[in-house]
Parts: sequence; C-alpha cells; structure tokens
Amino acid sequence: MKSFFAAFGKKQWTHEGQKAFWGVIYVLPWLIGFLLFFLLPFVSSFRYSLSSIKANADGMIIQFIGFSNYVEALTVNTSFNRALTESIVNMVVSVPLIVIFSLFIAVLLNQKFFGRALARSVFFLPVILASGVIANLETGSLVQALTEQNAVAGNFVQVLGDSPLERIMLRAGVNESIVLYLTDAVDRINQIVSQSGVQILIFLAGIQTISPQLYEASKVEGATGYEAFWKITFPMVSPLILVNVIFTIIDSFSRNAMTDLIKTTGFANFNFGLASAMAWIYFLAIMIILGITSYLVSRKVFYQD
Amino acid sequence: MILARLLSLEIWKRWLWSLVRFGLIFGMSFVILYPIIQKISTAIKDKQDLYSPIVVWIPQHFTFDNFKKAISIMDYWHTLANTVMLSGMTTILTAVSCGLAGYAFARLKFKGSKLLFAGVVLTILVPPTTILIPIYMNLKNFTLLGIIPLFTGKPVSLLNSYWPFILTSATANSLKAGLYIYIFRQFFRNIPKEVEEAAYIDGAGVGKTFTRIMLPNAIPAIVTVLLFSFVWQWNDSFFTTTYLTASKVMATQLSSLPFNIGKLAEGGGLAMQTDPFYLSMVQDTGILLAILPLVLMYFFVQRYFVESIERTGVVG
Repeated sequence: MKSFFAAFGKKQWTHEGQKAFWGVIYVLPWLIGFLLFFLLPFVSSFRYSLSSIKANADGMIIQFIGFSNYVEALTVNTSFNRALTESIVNMVVSVPLIVIFSLFIAVLLNQKFFGRALARSVFFLPVILASGVIANLETGSLVQALTEQNAVAGNFVQVLGDSPLERIMLRAGVNESIVLYLTDAVDRINQIVSQSGVQILIFLAGIQTISPQLYEASKVEGATGYEAFWKITFPMVSPLILVNVIFTIIDSFSRNAMTDLIKTTGFANFNFGLASAMAWIYFLAIMIILGITSYLVSRKVFYQD
Repeated sequence: MILARLLSLEIWKRWLWSLVRFGLIFGMSFVILYPIIQKISTAIKDKQDLYSPIVVWIPQHFTFDNFKKAISIMDYWHTLANTVMLSGMTTILTAVSCGLAGYAFARLKFKGSKLLFAGVVLTILVPPTTILIPIYMNLKNFTLLGIIPLFTGKPVSLLNSYWPFILTSATANSLKAGLYIYIFRQFFRNIPKEVEEAAYIDGAGVGKTFTRIMLPNAIPAIVTVLLFSFVWQWNDSFFTTTYLTASKVMATQLSSLPFNIGKLAEGGGLAMQTDPFYLSMVQDTGILLAILPLVLMYFFVQRYFVESIERTGVVG
C-alpha cells in the first residue's frame, strides 16, 4: 500500500487525505452509474419532452418544438388528465390511511401476546407479495370473484363497509364527506393492508428504540396506556411519519395508471416526446406534493436532539 | 377491599383488550392470507368443483392437473432457473456496490460527498418512469459514451440480454438502489467511531478496516438489502418487461400469462375449453407457482429478516 502511494510521489499522506482518496474510489462505481443511468437520461428526458422525435432507418431526428408536448398532454390527450388526477387522488387518499394504519399495527405488534412472532411474520408477508406484477394480476381473477359470491368469508369485507354503520354515523350528524372517506377506507382495507408491510417494519423498529424508562416513569406518575401513546410513543416516532409518507409515495410509482399510460404512449405509440412530457408533469406534481407534505409534517415533528 | 376491586377492574380491562387485539390481528391476518389460501384451494380443485355449490374451500375432487398445465404453459422450471439466476446476480452486485457507496458516504468524507449524497436522494425521489425512455434508447444503441463504436463500428443493443441488469446493479443504480445506499449509510453511521479508529491504530488500511471490521458488524443491514433487492427484482415487472421481452423470467412470464393461456385455449393445444373461469383457475395456479419460491424462502429467513430490520437503523 505504501509503495502505491509513493508511486504518486506523495510520501506523507495524512489520514484524512487517505480516507478521502478511498472514499472517492468507493463511490466511483455508483458515480459512473449515476451519470450514465440517471443523470444523462434525466437530462435527455427533459430534452425529449421539449422536442418532437421521429425515428427512421438512420436513427432519430430530434427537433426542438418548445412546450407543445406539454400543451398536448394537458389539453389534447384524452387520458392524461384523468390518469394524473386518478393517481394523485389515489395517493392523497391512501397515504394517510396507510401511515395511520401501519402505526397502529406497529404499536399492536410491539405488545407482548401469545403468537406474536407468528403475527409479525404474517404482517410482513405483503413486503414480499404485494409488489409489481402479482398485485396487477390479482385484481383480474375471476375465480376469486366467483368464490366471493359463494363464500360467506368473501363477503367479510363488504359487511364491514356496509350501510348500517354508515347510516348511524350520518344520522348522528357526522359530516358526510368524513363518513364517505371512512367507508372508502374500509373498502380499501385489502389494498391498505397489503401496501403497509415496510411501513409497519419502519415504525416497529422506531418504537423499539424508545427507552423503556420513559414508559416506566409515566406509569409511576399514573399515565394510562392511551396517554403514554400520545405523550411518548407518538412524539418519539413522529420523525418516521415523514419517512413513511415519502416511502409510501415512491412505492406507489410502480403500480398506477400514470406509469401504464406513459409506457403505452412511449412504447406502443412511439411518441417519445409526449411520453417524456407526461413523465415530467407527473414528476413535478409529485415533487409539489412531497414538498407540501414535508413542510406540513416537519413543522409538527418532534426531534429529540 | 377497594384495592381488590380496582385490581379486578384492571384485570377485566386487560382481558378485554387482549380480546379486541386478538380480533384485530386475526382479522387483518385473514385479509392478508385470504388471497393465498384462496389460490391454494383453487389450484387443487378439479374443474367440476368450480361450479359445485357445496365446494367452497376444500375440493371434492382433488387434482394436480392445474399445476401440470400451469407448469407447461409457463415453462416453469426453465423460468425458475432464469429468475433465480437473474435475481441472485443483481442482488449480489447491488449489495456490493451499494455497500461500498454507503460506507463511503457515511465514513469516508471527501469534498463534495454531501452533494453526491443529495444525488442519491434524487434517485430515490424521481419516478423511474421519468427516465425510462432515455434509458431504453440508450441501451438500444449502447455506445458507452462513444467508446464501443470505435471498436465495432456500430453501437450494440443491450436489450433482451442480462447486461442492463448487470450494468445497473454493478453501478448501484438498479431498482430502488438509492434506498439501499441510504440503508447502508444509516447503518454505518451508527457503528461507533472508536471501533474503526482502533483498527486504524493497529495499522489496518481503509480497505482492510472495511472488509474485516465494518462488514461483519453490518450483517443486519446486509441481510436487509439482500432480501429486499432479491424480492423486488423477482417481482419487478417495470424494468423486466421493458428490457427483456424474449427471455423467460418470472415477471415477464407472469405478465404474459393471461395471453398465453388464452392462446393455448384458442388453439386447443391442451384440449382446453374456452371457459373463462377455468382459464382464470389456471392463471391463479400460475401466480401461486410464481410466488411459491418466495414464500418458501420467507419461511426460512423471516425470523432473521424481522430481527435484522429492527437493528438496521433504517430509522436513523
């Protein structure tokens, strides 16, 4: 090793200098990939979105046409606005549900009870199963629909979301939109449960770093479990809420209407310019949502140090 | 006296809560397991059981026919071997490259490393759809910044080979690689500095400190990344269906499964009738076969997996 540095004509390497040198070496593979497979495509995607692209035998002809791809996506294309609002509304509706649900389940799974190990492994199963192609195919299963008609078990979900509870809430004077949101949440329970595996893991890991002394002290002072949750658990895991919101949003990229639309526009209709413009509008929309949520959540978050 | 009554109330409360908790956890577990149980029950059913009103879960005529058909349609064993190879390869390469980068970002600070780490965060946040098209074009006419045409005269197409996966995972830019770098960085940051300094004082270089001291301490993080990247690569249809159209891996086979079944049914290749419910039955069996290796793997590693995530410090 020494002769290697001597070859560079540097006899005395400081420790820091040596570390920095190896740091660059270690980051290098990532850096090459970052430039080649991220930054260049990222920039050229923006360039494509501003141009019309025609492919012929010689290659591609890229012509700068300004913002007309964006205009076309937003005003001419029939499915873009629908897909965009659908995927964003979907995101805005399910992100809070997933985060609240996974926090709740993480608190439950952290308590001691018989069969906890089994329950944990069941709840993390969706980490494996509910991603990509399986989730897509699952919705189209006819047999499932048939069995659901036959079996009482299949109606379990519908029973929960059915009208009596809804009517009671409406009569009790609860705001109609809140009731709709709640019943919608019950209808989505399968989707929510299957998408919150990683989030439960993150919350559970966070809860386990809270020192037991805090709970003991609060118990001595006479706090109930409910109070302990709101005064100790919730503030201590609140930084993770932001992490989970971001994770849930990036996790939804792989399975929504927008992704499908961009893929069809690009690869089935070969309209690369329009597809890039769509992808950029989608990206900007997500950045705005992420920015707003980060701002709102980080104002409320409690940091220990 | 009062104490005893309070005590009993306390006990009542605890029992009630256990009951509620059991109900909740049981119900949620049911929602999670329901599709799998349902698929298993469908897969072992005979066709005539499908319309039988008395058969709900346990079939009257037990059969492995669906498995046989699904295996032959998916070319299962061949596909399985391909998928294991592809996922295994990308998993190992990703773990190595992300581990190196994560360690460098955590401990080997250099000028501009903060800025580069912002780049990692950017790769996490940008949807893959945004860069999909340029990457596709880039891989179709791959020039490596104009180097390859100097030798061969024309750019090579890397599509329909494993090269896109090898290249992106070796350079830590595969599917969700930014997340893995982030996990590694968080983990290495939480290892006490003293451990590392002791190694330096004893004369170990940076490389030796990393491989001998830091890596053995980072096993939870390594396990987490290996598992996540294996599973996500296995299930990924986004990149796989774009890069590989002819090659047989699980994700492409699954997404073309409905089409293939339909084709066979029309051609009468397996003497099947075009009963949509029956086709769907075979499709369910196919899905079950595709996730079966993952589920089996999960049963063996799940304890380690759950423990390791708790210790990885994803939470930072």
